[in-house]
Amino acid sequence: MAKEMLKGNVAIAEAAVRAGMEAYFGYPITPQTELLEHLSKRMVEEDRVFVQAESEVAAINMVYGAACTGKRVMTSSSSPGISLMQEGLSYIAGSYIPTVIVDVMRGGPGLGNILPSQGDYWQVTRMAGHGDYRPIVLAPASVQEAIDFTILAFDLAEKYRHIVVIAADGQIGQMMEPAELPVMRPPSTEVPHWALSGAKNRPPNVILSFNLNGADQEKVNIAIQERIALIKAKEQRWVEHYTEDADLLVVGYGTTGRIAFTAVETARENGLKVGLLRPQTLFPFPDDRISELTDNIKSCLVVEMNAGQMLDDVRLAVGGQVPVGYYGRMGGAVPMPEEILEAVEAEYAKLQGV
Amino acid sequence: MDIPMEIVYQRPESLTDTHTHYCPGCGHGIAHRLVAEALDELNMRERTILVAPVGCSVFAYDYFNVDGCVAAHGRAPAMATGMKRLLPDHIVLTYQGDGDLASIGIAEIMHAAARGEKITTIFVNNAIYGMTGGQMAPTTLPGQKTTSSPFGRNTDIAGYPIRMSEILAQLDGSVYVVRRSIHDVQNIRKTKKAILTALKVQEAGLGFSVVEILSNCPTNWGMTAEESLTWVEENMVPYYPLGDFKVRDDAKELV
Repeated sequence: MAKEMLKGNVAIAEAAVRAGMEAYFGYPITPQTELLEHLSKRMVEEDRVFVQAESEVAAINMVYGAACTGKRVMTSSSSPGISLMQEGLSYIAGSYIPTVIVDVMRGGPGLGNILPSQGDYWQVTRMAGHGDYRPIVLAPASVQEAIDFTILAFDLAEKYRHIVVIAADGQIGQMMEPAELPVMRPPSTEVPHWALSGAKNRPPNVILSFNLNGADQEKVNIAIQERIALIKAKEQRWVEHYTEDADLLVVGYGTTGRIAFTAVETARENGLKVGLLRPQTLFPFPDDRISELTDNIKSCLVVEMNAGQMLDDVRLAVGGQVPVGYYGRMGGAVPMPEEILEAVEAEYAKLQGV
Repeated sequence: MDIPMEIVYQRPESLTDTHTHYCPGCGHGIAHRLVAEALDELNMRERTILVAPVGCSVFAYDYFNVDGCVAAHGRAPAMATGMKRLLPDHIVLTYQGDGDLASIGIAEIMHAAARGEKITTIFVNNAIYGMTGGQMAPTTLPGQKTTSSPFGRNTDIAGYPIRMSEILAQLDGSVYVVRRSIHDVQNIRKTKKAILTALKVQEAGLGFSVVEILSNCPTNWGMTAEESLTWVEENMVPYYPLGDFKVRDDAKELV
């Protein structure tokens, strides 16, 4: 497959088709609508299921029902729509059903605007739905990564029977750049043992997130937490640059991780010992690697398009051993590399006195 | 002396032998049995998926001997949509109460019907929220006392009951929309026949089918079982007339 110019939203949609997605349910919302539009054509061409739901509430419950059949299904939305889906996501989490969700994040709170944002970090990594659960969250920083993470999302969802969120921001969804799509993977014909397929020659399968017995429901919770612990141990992903001798570690993901890379390169050219760690999984957060790096760095700078949400996770990872600074823009504002460079220089200047 | 024994009445294969949690005299047991008999008679059990609601019938998955799941409150038609689209040869049923279908889930049922989803909805209307202990439902009659309308439903404050079958019948995607009641034997038999037709409509792939069943709630109405059946006949049936609100031409031969 050759590289082609692809828009992020379209790339994710096409990657999902090629990952063997058999059903998509969604509702229009900017800045992810091209994803839904692309699938309204492609899913029909492939003789698969596309339904434009009456709301995000219905869309996520269609996903829940469809995923109960054991087939690959997905929905996509943007921040306000993801808020509406929290109810369904909580039920899905309580039922151990593999599901892929795309959140092309926009400015909030409320209706906010349609510009790029990372204001849903807490919502997607903690999940605002009721009860104890945390999905796997993948944060692409390029159109290519958006494609690769879409394939990975389906694989991880099935491997752990878990929710996987692709947390892209509006910038990733809307921009075009060269990327390579994978070859078409045909949908699997295997029916998982837990799926609803009709109680023929076996006792009925039942899928539910419901248990009136307190002790039994605690067991359900323990099982969910055991799975999350396994995910934490196995699935932390990140990329890093110039960390070997860095005094200052910049941490940023998605679009801000990418802009921060430009700032870090300039800082290096200017002789500053600055490195970058870009988490690719926001959950599980790459705690282990950041904790390891903490032994050698003197300070940390977190860069996000929100008021400082991943900041909490970085602080937990460094465990108070080094100071953690923060630079961010909010409400749809995207930082320029120069702004981040200034923040890097200011944070670095503090080290000179140390 | 050998007395020849013959089984003349037994549990349908589509029901498990679990004891239900329903209150004595509750209509859910009758409705369950009618659905199960219909599934048996149409030989559908092994390819049926039941979507249970939130409400008194939340445990329906435990009573029907079919693959099942429990939807979030009101979302059963959306869940059923997802399943049926991927398993078009299966029979997908939602079983919903009036709080579930006519209040919190009114958007989902309306749009499932409008899309002409090839699913069947069994809608049990007993004019009250049973599971939470007898609060006012969208179907509670004017003047009816509940724990959240203690002076009787005041239409100035709480508005009017919703007649769902009449509304659903207006949608082009609906193929078979009827209201029945289980307050006496004759009506129970009519209800069974309607459930059979609704399932046949789904099997034929014609579109959306729903059977609204007027039922009783002796516990939350504060009546004996017998009184509650009389109350259905004397109070609910006049407000919610029984009958066929839509039988699309292509479904007539299935009646």
